[in-house]
Amino acid sequence: MVTDTAPRRVVRAPAVVASVGSTALAIVAVLGIWQLVYLSGWKPSFVLPGPGEVAENLWQQLHEALLWAAIWTTMGRAVIGFGLALLIGTVVGAVISRNIVLRRAFGPVITGLQTMPAIAWFPFAIIFFGLHTSAILFVIVIGAAPAVAIGVIAGADHIPPLQLRAAKNLGLRGFGLYRHVILPGSLPMFVGGLRQGWAFAWRSLMAGELVVLISDTASIGVLLENAQNLSDMPSAIAIMIVILLIGIVIDAVFNAADQHIRRRWGLLEEQK
Amino acid sequence: MERQPSDDARAAAISLTRVSKRHGSGRAAVDALREITLTVQAGEFVCLVGTSGCGKSTLLSLIAGMDRPTTGQVNTHGRRVALMFQQPALFPWLTAAANVELALRARGVPRAARRERVGQMLQTVGLADFADKRPHQLSGGMQQRVALARALAQDADVLLMDEPFGALDALTRDRLHEELERIVAEQNLTVVFVTHNVREAVRLADRVILLSPRPGRIVEEFAVAVPRPREINTASVAELAGRITARLHREGTRSDGH
Repeated sequence: MVTDTAPRRVVRAPAVVASVGSTALAIVAVLGIWQLVYLSGWKPSFVLPGPGEVAENLWQQLHEALLWAAIWTTMGRAVIGFGLALLIGTVVGAVISRNIVLRRAFGPVITGLQTMPAIAWFPFAIIFFGLHTSAILFVIVIGAAPAVAIGVIAGADHIPPLQLRAAKNLGLRGFGLYRHVILPGSLPMFVGGLRQGWAFAWRSLMAGELVVLISDTASIGVLLENAQNLSDMPSAIAIMIVILLIGIVIDAVFNAADQHIRRRWGLLEEQK
Repeated sequence: MERQPSDDARAAAISLTRVSKRHGSGRAAVDALREITLTVQAGEFVCLVGTSGCGKSTLLSLIAGMDRPTTGQVNTHGRRVALMFQQPALFPWLTAAANVELALRARGVPRAARRERVGQMLQTVGLADFADKRPHQLSGGMQQRVALARALAQDADVLLMDEPFGALDALTRDRLHEELERIVAEQNLTVVFVTHNVREAVRLADRVILLSPRPGRIVEEFAVAVPRPREINTASVAELAGRITARLHREGTRSDGH
């Protein structure tokens, strides 16, 4: 996968309205088709409930402590796992980007790791760590850290040589060069890496919670598993919507950071 | 280090002794410069002129200490050397003021003193009102002014300029010539200015040095006796520029011959 760095246009007020409008239109369309399929009677309602029933289920669950406890557990794991991936990925990326030998040796390994589906790591993680949260965290780190490291490496590579020459002529060396030029200079690529790392982390986490079932702990994965065991389709879809929404919200945060940086740097085409 | 006092103006600021530079090694080696011997006096404005690929930029890198000569010696007599490029090479994530300030930070100037100095520098290049703009919000000429302010903030005695106005339109360039001339006089700077624009060289320099195509050698030196303030479109500038250009053409055809 390639980090998405294509310049985007500045979104101005009318454009925001238009964008919200088209998103609403898309949601309405999806709900409409869903409702039509439901009304067609193709599947019995306990197999495919209508949007209304799912919305009601979701509304109900939002008023129960169980869902919030599950979200709390899952987001806690996400924060710890992604935080570890961020730390490890940044350090590994920074070290590798500065050292040609390490880079030749480990560059392909990191790229290779990134292409490996996270779920394939679970048998290993479960045998190694047992049915425990650390197995899930391990897979999150394995899934997300390479993306972060690749972001750091790509960022350092993309600093124009002329800027480095200018920095050296200013007398910046070693840590100063890193702090004032290389680090800020690689920020757009780094944020791109974080964003992709988050996507991997979130997927690994959901897979992990379905595979590594930890007793007596409510998590989003456990709720989904329970719904499946009870053939409770409205709950299953409601939980899926929760997963989707959390993913979208976090991605929006990264997107906002990305846009902010691009605007500051003048990397966005201003709309006339 | 304090700036050199003006009575020191006859001292050598840059001494190059039989400097040669070879890029690469073995059969792929390219001679960029051959046996350059040159002394630039403190406070002198020297323009290096030559066709593309005569090693002008290499020479600046050697003087700036960013590269080492293959043979020969480069001596800048302990002076601070600032370098300016054809591109402004500003940092896009910093405002104009912060770009200039970074030069001060790199020198370890305390925070309190930095603000005032940045203000002075931007004032000097006529950008006091644009301190909070980022490079992409400024025109090419303004960006190059910020780069000049940044170079001045290095508190350098020697300013090396590598075709700094090559990418600007003629009008902007004329204005920057005036400002550069003023700033150089005010701050008693020594300048080595690379350009392939002969008129620009005559407009600015005390001495124009003509380099041959690769490997770069000094072909001839021209003292510019035209009194300042000069203008680029006057007869006296054009006359000398014409002579230098003619010499440049002879050198070019001779080199094409082998």
